[in-house]
Amino acid sequence: MFSDFDFDVIWRTAPYLFRDGMTFTVTLTLLSALLGLCLGTLLALARISGGKVLSTIVTGYVNLMRSLPLVLVIFWFYFLVPYLGQWITGAPRPIKVGGFSSALLTFAMFEAAYFSEIMRGGIQSIARGQSSAGLALGLSGGQTMRYIILPQVFRTMLPLLLTQTIVLFQDTSLVYVLSLTDFLGAASKIAQRDGRLVEMYCFAALVYFLICFLASQAVRRLQTRVAIIR
Amino acid sequence: MSYHWNWGIFWEASPEGTGTYADMLWAGFLTTLEVSALAWILALTIGSAVGVLRSLPNPWVKRIANAYIELLRNIPLLVQLFLWYFVLPELVPEAWGDWLKQLPNAPFWNGFIGLGLFMSARVAVQVSTGIAALPRGQMAAGTALGLTLPQCYWYVILPMAFRVIMPPLTSEMINTIKNSSVALTIGLAELTARTRAVQEFSFQVFEAFTAATVIYLLLNLAVTSAMRAFEKRLRLPGYGGS
Amino acid sequence: MRMKSRILSTGLGLVLGLAAVTAAHAQSGTLQKIKETGTITLGYRESSAPFSYLDDNQKPIGYAMDICNRVVDAVKKELNLPNLKVELTPVTSATRIPLMANGTVDLECGSTTNNVARQQQVSFTNTHFLTASIFVGKKSANLHKIDDLKGKTVASTAGSTNIGQLDKVNAERKLGITVVPVKDHAEGILMVETGRAAAFVMDDVIIAGLVASAKDPAIFALGDEAFSKPEPYGVMLRKDDPSFKALVDKTTATFFKTEGPAVYAKWFTKPIPPKNVNMNLPLSPAMKKAMENPSDNPDPASYGS
Repeated sequence: MFSDFDFDVIWRTAPYLFRDGMTFTVTLTLLSALLGLCLGTLLALARISGGKVLSTIVTGYVNLMRSLPLVLVIFWFYFLVPYLGQWITGAPRPIKVGGFSSALLTFAMFEAAYFSEIMRGGIQSIARGQSSAGLALGLSGGQTMRYIILPQVFRTMLPLLLTQTIVLFQDTSLVYVLSLTDFLGAASKIAQRDGRLVEMYCFAALVYFLICFLASQAVRRLQTRVAIIR
Repeated sequence: MSYHWNWGIFWEASPEGTGTYADMLWAGFLTTLEVSALAWILALTIGSAVGVLRSLPNPWVKRIANAYIELLRNIPLLVQLFLWYFVLPELVPEAWGDWLKQLPNAPFWNGFIGLGLFMSARVAVQVSTGIAALPRGQMAAGTALGLTLPQCYWYVILPMAFRVIMPPLTSEMINTIKNSSVALTIGLAELTARTRAVQEFSFQVFEAFTAATVIYLLLNLAVTSAMRAFEKRLRLPGYGGS
Repeated sequence: MRMKSRILSTGLGLVLGLAAVTAAHAQSGTLQKIKETGTITLGYRESSAPFSYLDDNQKPIGYAMDICNRVVDAVKKELNLPNLKVELTPVTSATRIPLMANGTVDLECGSTTNNVARQQQVSFTNTHFLTASIFVGKKSANLHKIDDLKGKTVASTAGSTNIGQLDKVNAERKLGITVVPVKDHAEGILMVETGRAAAFVMDDVIIAGLVASAKDPAIFALGDEAFSKPEPYGVMLRKDDPSFKALVDKTTATFFKTEGPAVYAKWFTKPIPPKNVNMNLPLSPAMKKAMENPSDNPDPASYGS
């Protein structure tokens, strides 16, 4: 079958695959990682130092997200977010949320649960003495967290956070189920239009592999460097 | 635009003509269980083997094991399923390809193999981490007793390593169940797919999704509790868990 | 104890989400929404040629898109919004109705069957096509009647009326067919082309479009037995929105009575992009009648075909 492997279809459509598809995938990954990390850090803080009610709610949220298949969550959000928007803003009708925004919100909210667990682990691994020292210096609890604890947590947890981002990069391929044009979506549209499943899916696999493999090697190198510094 | 709730929908007959909407979800739930269980067995078998190979001193064996893990870990599951489902039958001799395609229930077999292999890489990492976490003396003690290398692994290293990695294995097991939903893209009628079908036929989006959410939560809870009990029973005196 | 609080708190998260849906009540029309946001969103299909599909530049075109564009022009005029922004959102058979209900799309321009069950959820404007549900298989497999599919794997599009009809026949006649839902029509025909499925069940006109633009149309053969009578297609809009529906109905009625047959001819009797295939489907007498007397009636019998 390799005899009629059509390399040409890949070259012909590469501009579309990368300009439309990969841009979507990378933007979605980076934005949702950033948003997810911010939200995840807040969740972790709420869980550790928030009141009992707040920490119960946050724990519930984190457990809920971590128990559900991402595919189900993607559908949930795609259909639910407009109503949520209406509820929050008090608008007279469901808020229109486009495909990209909906996906962004979904991944940010979903990844926040995972990032919050990483951050929580990090915060708890910092010796108690540090926070006592901060307080003794006259810093407030919030200041201690901001200037002493969190910077260290981000640094030690960086490899884990980045690894999770690579997982996220792979997971964004699931927006395929919403017919959005991410990298895989673009590849599959061409595959179906031109009847070139073998070429397009092999090429997609290769591209994902190269990016994720190189990224994870880089993270590994970073890990040893961070480890030496400490 | 208002949303019309109708929680009674589950007891109404589905247009498929084979029972109620609740029956559709139940059938999906069973498929999720079946495909996850089979995939997990596959993942555990191959994952343990690769994990052991990765812990061996021979650098070539180690490299091969690492290559296997990297290959399966760095391609999204969805793409892997597409490779098995759409690409593989075109690459093998035509007669084999036709046989593969005409398998009754092809999405099920593809889903099981694809998911099992995907998860096996993650299991392999856990297993080799577990082995690396054991004190070096264990292996030395085994060989000193006259055990061969395979005997050492079978009777000493693996039983200890598996106890160490029980908690991460539990979460990989849950990941297997969750990831089985990705197989809906190759037409497997598992729980999420059937939930979508309920939504498509009845238009009751949120009731259907709520039911699926509750089922996944309960399934999670059941697996976690069972594994915790299992872990407790296996715990060795002197090696306090976690 | 810990487990119990975990379950409770997890349940809480779920309940909060659902509360939002219930709280989200209030009503207001699409026209008002379009006026406030300065945007109208059209839902399109990726592979429902020649109604709504992607051309070579991945832009949606087709007969239903033309109809929707007439509506967009009318909305511009009605609201005096010459710079109305038109957004395009891809939908599938499975997502189109929830996305209509939750306000993501305002008009769905595709190949959606107008039936009584769907009218409980959404509205349709005047019928733009009539089509029956059939199956397509490989010529070499010699499939003619529905019973020939016994024990085989058969694909159909998730969320379509067709997959429901297939499921139903399968249960009634105890055929033991493995029904594989696919995301969209293009995937369905590929399942047959690559031998993954013995047949694909869909509306006859969609199948005709898919076969015509396939790599080798000669390998396919249509079944002789239909799963349904010819049913009407309509452009979909939100339910309980009389002012918008009146505008859309008026616009499409005028369209069908004046330029309807010409636009129809452009998509169904002439070569169409991207592959310049010709559907060769002249206006049927029933559809001609439906254009002269535009109607959103979901009852197939009312079109007397």
